[in-house]
Amino acid sequence: MIEETITIAQVNLPVDEELKIAKHRMRPDVGSVKKLEEAHKRIGIVTGIHGDELEGQYVCYELARRIRETPERLCGIVDIYPAMNPFGIDNITRGIPAFDLDMNRLFPGNQDGDMNEYIAAEIIRDMEGTFLCLDIHASNIFLTEVPQIRINELHRDILVPFAKRSNVDLVWVHGASTVLESTFAYSLNDRGIHTLVVEMGVGMRITREYGDQLVDGIFALMKDAGIWDGEVAPMREPVVSYDEQAEDVYYLNAPVSGVFIKQMEHGSMVKEGDVLGQIVDPMSGKVLSEITAPGDGWLFTVREYPVVDEGSLMGRILKPHTET
Amino acid sequence: MRRETIYEIKSLYRDDFRVTGFRFGSGEKAACIMGSMRGNEYQQIYVCSQLVRKLKKLEEQGRIRAGKEILIIPCGNPYSVNTKKRFWTIDNTDINRMFPGYDLGETTQRIADGIFQEIKDYACGIQFASFYMPGDFVPQVRIMKTGKENIELAKKFGLPYVVVHDPRPFDTATLNYNWQVWDTDAFSVYTTSTSAIDTKSAAQAVNAVLGFLSKQEILDYAGFGEYESRVVASHDFINVRMDYAGFFERIVGAGERVEEGDSLARIVDPYTATVRQTITSPVDGMVAFAHSEALAYQNTAVYKLIPEG
Ligand SMILES: [Zn+2]
Repeated sequence: MIEETITIAQVNLPVDEELKIAKHRMRPDVGSVKKLEEAHKRIGIVTGIHGDELEGQYVCYELARRIRETPERLCGIVDIYPAMNPFGIDNITRGIPAFDLDMNRLFPGNQDGDMNEYIAAEIIRDMEGTFLCLDIHASNIFLTEVPQIRINELHRDILVPFAKRSNVDLVWVHGASTVLESTFAYSLNDRGIHTLVVEMGVGMRITREYGDQLVDGIFALMKDAGIWDGEVAPMREPVVSYDEQAEDVYYLNAPVSGVFIKQMEHGSMVKEGDVLGQIVDPMSGKVLSEITAPGDGWLFTVREYPVVDEGSLMGRILKPHTET
Repeated sequence: MRRETIYEIKSLYRDDFRVTGFRFGSGEKAACIMGSMRGNEYQQIYVCSQLVRKLKKLEEQGRIRAGKEILIIPCGNPYSVNTKKRFWTIDNTDINRMFPGYDLGETTQRIADGIFQEIKDYACGIQFASFYMPGDFVPQVRIMKTGKENIELAKKFGLPYVVVHDPRPFDTATLNYNWQVWDTDAFSVYTTSTSAIDTKSAAQAVNAVLGFLSKQEILDYAGFGEYESRVVASHDFINVRMDYAGFFERIVGAGERVEEGDSLARIVDPYTATVRQTITSPVDGMVAFAHSEALAYQNTAVYKLIPEG
């Protein structure tokens, strides 16, 4: 096996520093290649577009570690991109600090544009030729999510079969929206590079159990693609929600501002009327509101960050569902 | 003049979040003027305050035409202004990316909805807007190309330029775009500055708006815009970029006329004071935008020029 770290975009900063976006490539030795065709097949593991979402950091590390345990099983190319937004990771910031821009609204970028547009364009250029890409997110600092894959309805036919083999708990197909056209995943799917958006866990933290689960899924996807010929763990069957009409999910929003005291964990099955938690006022010591389930279902997202404004998202419940 | 609360939210530890409006005249919803929606938009609030003062006087003089109502909302986001944060306090979302809003949605969607419900039925909508880039502008009216844009009406502001702009994906969630979708003639007015108050361009904007309202027969007012507006498409602007990063030393500012080959600015090495690059104008034209910060990043468009012609 050959490993190398490759710079894919580079700019000079004003004061004595270079900004580099890099990837780590793992590929079989030319001499040990079993099938030439698969030796060029590439999977891309991408994370860190949002700088405060760190669940993907463990996935990158663990994937490389496990490949190194049996390197002879690697038949194709694994490209690991752990830090698309290094400024954001360094500053504990979702967006790109200094610019206050969401990097996931800059794609496909522009080769002749400003620094950030240029970097986005170079990233897309580097992804050309990738067979399958996973863009790993961790919701945000406010919400915890069960491991899930989100798919734009425009790409559902191609992506759902891959998503079902990813060892996640939920595949959520959502309606198309114009503002999402500038995301990394949309830009790649639009160019025929199959890209799955993973959301799992919570911002600013690493949930090792979810990381291990997703790495199992990545090995299964690699095996299906002929990039890996080692053993893979049995895959779980995800719930698939075809929610193009946005009718499958209850959205719970805070009716008042306050401090949320969570009572139910994400992943719980809930019955109508169950209390998810309370919004309290620590000044008066009173309960301002109880957050209750509007119907039966699966609490796949729950509020993690305690301070809430009126309107803040408190949770999402998937309505009872039979299709898998 | 009637001062009223357009929208409010109760907070845990801060005073209520309030969006305040000022109404003048009564009758059909003739014109709405929206100021700042981001925490760094001081000039946008300032221009509105000057309009509030002026319209109060005009109303007392009986010079708002019968049956016409004007609404001014100087600030859609006082929380962010008061804490010097550009976007929404807790989740950093941009209210001007949340239109038309959603009353049962997340906080900034609710705020956008609360504002939009009040302002969507006006015949004309004027927003004092800002760009994400830090810099100074030549005063201009921007209008988004949705198929419903009214360029002739935009010329009535009498500002030097009317800029026609093709919407990008994220523009579909801005106020300007949604106003047009809801059949309001919508204009974004850019004065010279954003987070610094520029009284000269504020006075020009006040005059432009009052002149416009007068031509629309909403006001009885003698002042008129001073320019025969030139219409340009935003994609005809010429970006002048820096090849290097460093300290930015500006030679030419917004609103100045330049000739091909004129020096515009220098990029200087922050440690050695060596000039890394002197950029020159590629065309004869007008400086529509000039970068205004000490630092410049590599490839930043530090100037936008409108070519002569
Ligand atoms: Zn994310």
